[in-house]
Amino acid sequence: MAELTAVLASTHHPFYYKATTSPADQRPPYAADWQRKVEAYRETLTAAEPDILVMVGADHFHQLWLDNYPQFLIGKQESYDATFYNEEREFGIPKYTLAGDIELSRYMHEELLGKDFDFSVSHELKIDHSIICPIITVRPEADLPIVPIYTNIFVPPLPSPRRFYQVGRAIREIIDSFPSEKKVAAIGTGHLSLELGGPRQFGEHGPDPLFDADAIEWLSTGNVDAILDNVTHASMAGAGNATHGFMDLLLMMGIAGPGVHADYVDHLDLFHTREMYMTWYPNKTPGQLDAAARAAETSEASTGPIYASDPAWDQFRVSQEQA
Amino acid sequence: MSKYYVNKFLFTIDRDPEWVASYREDPRATVLRWEKEVGRWLNPVEQTSWLEFTQEEREALATHDYVWLFEHGAHFFLNLTLFIALFDEEYAAAKGPLAFQTEMAQKLGHWTGRDYPSVAM
Repeated sequence: MAELTAVLASTHHPFYYKATTSPADQRPPYAADWQRKVEAYRETLTAAEPDILVMVGADHFHQLWLDNYPQFLIGKQESYDATFYNEEREFGIPKYTLAGDIELSRYMHEELLGKDFDFSVSHELKIDHSIICPIITVRPEADLPIVPIYTNIFVPPLPSPRRFYQVGRAIREIIDSFPSEKKVAAIGTGHLSLELGGPRQFGEHGPDPLFDADAIEWLSTGNVDAILDNVTHASMAGAGNATHGFMDLLLMMGIAGPGVHADYVDHLDLFHTREMYMTWYPNKTPGQLDAAARAAETSEASTGPIYASDPAWDQFRVSQEQA
Repeated sequence: MSKYYVNKFLFTIDRDPEWVASYREDPRATVLRWEKEVGRWLNPVEQTSWLEFTQEEREALATHDYVWLFEHGAHFFLNLTLFIALFDEEYAAAKGPLAFQTEMAQKLGHWTGRDYPSVAM
């Protein structure tokens, strides 16, 4: 059977490519820290030695559209083009062509339907920055075949948080049962609190740093009960109108499993949002744990959960109390 | 609001550089041309018969009024990205990075702490 060697859940900030490839005199002041943290995080994937990447993201109205927007969709193609014109325009992200893994796509699709998850399928899917950004950050060689999975985090009515978690659990079972000797890594990106096109966008911090504190604790401790008790569509909207992307991080926690502590956790306050990088190793090897420890030393990250009681969050509690 | 049709306008303009340029330079004429050439077309052969803008919607689009569009339930992502395409470069050159996005937030500031208009259809 295939081996799931790593699960990565992170944000996918589309500014990263431009910020870190611009000439030195044009780089924003936060670029160096950001690059250091991302490149350290990358090593947690490298240590998992994957052969295939199962990638979870969401189309940002680049191809999928309101007249027929799927709740969950899987790509089933030999290859995938990446980067739409308006992403090049806005973020400077270049074009890519990624190989697909048709065998795992077909198996995943059939097994998901067999488990009563009614996925749509695409044979003409072009992937957007939700998937190419994590390629840029954690596998810039872009040399591994992918199985793309898209979720609806944009078009209400959305599936419930519980459904995202259940999809994650199903994907885990399917990877574990995939008849192959290959190593599979699952990489999914979403958001912590985020505002786009509203009055809280592009502020000094993300719209709700205390949501972020809870979210990082819940994800990194595998505390699905806390998430399902506390996170609703309304509560996510209260934390920022685009915060529903958190459900893709929940999906990734579902792949890692309930109650499972992450092996690597990092985050970075990047003015209008908080970047987050998390890795679980389902079958921890000494080499993987060593890699995580080395990466954590470089990036000042944690090799275990980060709790909302961490003093790092106190500044936001104080400001909230003052408000 | 004819949310679907307004969102269709934002979506189809944003994904085509020629339409973006046209909408920036002459929004009123672009809205009229879009209604003839794109709005009701499902594919090069088939059309819908019932989609149309209200006069208020047409006027908001013709005047680049993204505040009105937000307040009437246009999708926040489409409303942001298209107007970034129109104005970000000019604002950044004059006032620094993200100046347009910051101004947009300020113009929507009266919605802070309130439930935003729903983007659901």
